[in-house]
Amino acid sequence: MSFKKLFDRKIEVVNIGLDSFRDDLEKQGEKVVNVEWTPPANIDDDVLQILQKNKTIIKKANEKALEIILNGKPYLVGLDIARNVIPGMKDNLLLHSGPPITWDRVSGPMKGAMIGAIIYEGKARNFDEAEKVAAAGEFEFSPCHEHETVGPMAGVVSASMPVFILKNEEYGNYAYCTLNEGLGKVLRYGAYDNETIERLKWIENELYPTLKNAVEFLGKIDLKNIIAQALHMGDEVHNRNRAGTSLFYRAIAPAIVQTCDKQNVVAKVLNFINGNDHFFLNLSMPVGKVTLDAARNIKNSSIVVAMTRNGTDFGLQLAGTGNSWFVGKALVPDALYFPGFTKDDANPDIGDSSITETVGLGGFAIAASPAIVQFVGGTANDAVNYTLAMYEITFGENNMYQIPYLNFRGTPTGIDVTKVVEKGLTPFIDTGVAHKDPGIGQVGAGVLSAPMDPFIKAAIGLAEQLRK
Amino acid sequence: MIKGIVKKGEYFDSVSLMIVGKDIAQMDYVQDATVVMATQENKSILKTADLYLNEFEKYDDTDLLIVIKSDHQDKFDEIFENVDKFLSEIRNKKDDQGSFTPKSLDGAIKIQPDSNLSLISIAGRYAGNEAMKALKKGLNVMLFSDNVPLETEIELKKYALAHDLIMMGPDCGTAIINGVPLAFSNVVNRGNIGIIAASGTGLQEVSSIISEEGFGISQAIGTGGRDIKEKIGGMMFIASLEALKDDDETKVIVLVSKPPHPTVLKKINFKLKKISKPVVSIFLGADRSLIEESGAIAAETLEEAALLACAISDNLETYKVAEFLEERRASYGSIVDKEVEKISSGRKYIRGLFSGGTLCDEAQIILEKDIENIFSNRSGDKKFALADSWLSKEHTLVDLGEDEFTVGRLHPMMDFDLRKKRILQEAQDKETAIILFDLVLGYGANIDPISEILPIIKEAQIIAPDISFICSVTGTEQDPQNKNKVIEILEKNDILVMPSNTAAAEIVSLIIKKINI
Repeated sequence: MSFKKLFDRKIEVVNIGLDSFRDDLEKQGEKVVNVEWTPPANIDDDVLQILQKNKTIIKKANEKALEIILNGKPYLVGLDIARNVIPGMKDNLLLHSGPPITWDRVSGPMKGAMIGAIIYEGKARNFDEAEKVAAAGEFEFSPCHEHETVGPMAGVVSASMPVFILKNEEYGNYAYCTLNEGLGKVLRYGAYDNETIERLKWIENELYPTLKNAVEFLGKIDLKNIIAQALHMGDEVHNRNRAGTSLFYRAIAPAIVQTCDKQNVVAKVLNFINGNDHFFLNLSMPVGKVTLDAARNIKNSSIVVAMTRNGTDFGLQLAGTGNSWFVGKALVPDALYFPGFTKDDANPDIGDSSITETVGLGGFAIAASPAIVQFVGGTANDAVNYTLAMYEITFGENNMYQIPYLNFRGTPTGIDVTKVVEKGLTPFIDTGVAHKDPGIGQVGAGVLSAPMDPFIKAAIGLAEQLRK
Repeated sequence: MIKGIVKKGEYFDSVSLMIVGKDIAQMDYVQDATVVMATQENKSILKTADLYLNEFEKYDDTDLLIVIKSDHQDKFDEIFENVDKFLSEIRNKKDDQGSFTPKSLDGAIKIQPDSNLSLISIAGRYAGNEAMKALKKGLNVMLFSDNVPLETEIELKKYALAHDLIMMGPDCGTAIINGVPLAFSNVVNRGNIGIIAASGTGLQEVSSIISEEGFGISQAIGTGGRDIKEKIGGMMFIASLEALKDDDETKVIVLVSKPPHPTVLKKINFKLKKISKPVVSIFLGADRSLIEESGAIAAETLEEAALLACAISDNLETYKVAEFLEERRASYGSIVDKEVEKISSGRKYIRGLFSGGTLCDEAQIILEKDIENIFSNRSGDKKFALADSWLSKEHTLVDLGEDEFTVGRLHPMMDFDLRKKRILQEAQDKETAIILFDLVLGYGANIDPISEILPIIKEAQIIAPDISFICSVTGTEQDPQNKNKVIEILEKNDILVMPSNTAAAEIVSLIIKKINI
């Protein structure tokens, strides 16, 4: 027995607990790091023990899942109408963001968007009619995530809507997402008035065919590459997509000019993309989806492959537990509000856009995005700290998406549910905030930590599977 | 009414403007406010919000629009001044946040990859788990937390020993590793005396006396009080003996503890027989012969243990320590007389108010040699256990660090409130002759004990000018509180300060005997 190793070297302390002990060591000039310790999630010991006992099995599975996530090659390969391409899409089906939900539980913005989609599909002329149609059960509802699709905010997709088609060239799987409508009164925030429907029609009739031809002309667009560059240009591609949109614009504009012979349409389409800083969001999201879907069904992996909200519930899925949803209550983000709005107006967290965090972007990459750090408390340092904290709950680091400020360290990637429950630390999401009533739209932007409950349920789900 | 101003060519990002807008809206007299860049989109928002002014028409994207709605026409100037202030604040916002704090041990090790010790003081129910994580990462552990299950302690110590790691605690408050005082410890000289202690304040007292004598500590290892119980079997105590035996810096070893369980003592003695370095043992209250059987030098008090170690370190004969202590006791006469004179007749009892449990035990052992019927909240003897720790009875010694006092409260070394109340309570008791107390200095302890306790003692001295106040100070001159300064102030205020807890108890014993003749 010897403590020689300790006696022979200067001590370097990790202090977990009373801050004053750290202060005392610092005063003496000793090396000390404080841990901002929080109790682990409130979870049964036997669940933790099963996870602990199967650590090696889980780790192996996670290594495989992470490898697939990092190897993903997401490309934009075309556009089409939802009913032609989205698996399971049909005329009386509405896809929506988040985990499964029934009409009686949908939140205001989700309801507005569904109403809008029903009007858009010509099944009703106004709110009241559409509400009757929906309440009568004439439409089925299903999560986007269960149809290789993601949608921002309400995320409502109906059969006639045009969608981007993304392909993961490494693994051959696809993902779909609608085209971003811009700001103001838009369907994804629950607006359903004439202006909203007309814009959707314009998207279907002019924007969609123009982009479709342009993408066909180009063959494909490397979106991973665009995102990697966008991170170096101040985006985290969830709440800030200005660089991504600009890069996409650079890629697509010449092709639009070459493939569209109507000058007024070219102008309108280019102005529309140019005028919408979030245009790229509807590409960064399916990048996350097509990348993570390839890592599904890796038995016993504790890595999150979907993390999403429908304005009522927050749900997640693991690579290792098949199609099970683990669901808890969605929280209201801590936000900065647009003039005239307050927290009272805010709907609980909504949208599939947290797929960006799930793949190591968005809130996880916020250190790359100083322009929006005020959403997270004011200083660039806060943003850096948020990103650094996320390394604690991820299984690995990204090989392609990097944070310049952190010496081009890869973004924290692959949320590991065992680390989340063990450290009592949930993913950090930066997000837009919808008004709680249908038809009003975005009222602010902000941040929130995911609720712990679904992660606890996921850990239990994984443990139960391992017990068998 | 609505008033607006335009700042041409002043660009702010929208988030900054939202923050400023929020600040403005919270100002007095402001009903509504908007600060936006004059984009077409923002202008149309202003129109729908009825905050639009026609003069805005000619401005565009790079111009800043500020609109205030207020019923107080006379306040607009003031409001706009504040808006300017908010805008300049947000522009100059400094990056003054602290650096990243990791959320877990893993994160901390990433930041400080050469970490070799984890100091853990979170709630007991979580502490064992964190300690095991630290051990598994190859870190030594000092576990300050108490209320860690016994089985967990066994598990932790077994793992640590199998991996050559120190596992100090649970309930380890004091340790000095490589010269660095951890948690509740004193700033001491480095030297060649190694200490192993199952008692925090015992370790503080012994290491401080050694340092004040001009000698020094190589390592001071705390094991936690339960280590010497039967179930733990002295695992860390014995492993530390082995480590100090092999440590080149350590010439003398001091063992500080309550009497170990007989089975544990047997193991310790077995180990000691294989150690050629001189070992001084203070097992408070244990029979000398049990210690000496192993070849160790037995001390009866903490001070004696410290002085014996110093003597050996200095290559002096150990009998000189006994001589010195004997001479000192003989020299107390005039001090005793002075205190006895102060105490009015009818006052008979000692009231000892301790923050250090081991100091309380030591005082009791010393006093019991000459005085009968001493009540305490630490007494093993049921007959002399205080029925109510909050109320003294005849001769009473209380450890205010015991559980009944510390639930929902900081330890009395940090928080003096209970002791302050108790001092006044004892001063009001007509039978109190002496109020004896300890002051423990060092890191972890209250940084300004004088300003805590002195005003109360002065108050007590007014209530009862005929009570003797006696104390000892555990600490060193290098401690953040500076022992010498503390003593100087206490002495100026008519408090008898003795050089050690041992000496304080000894003189109390002499005084009590004299007043009760």
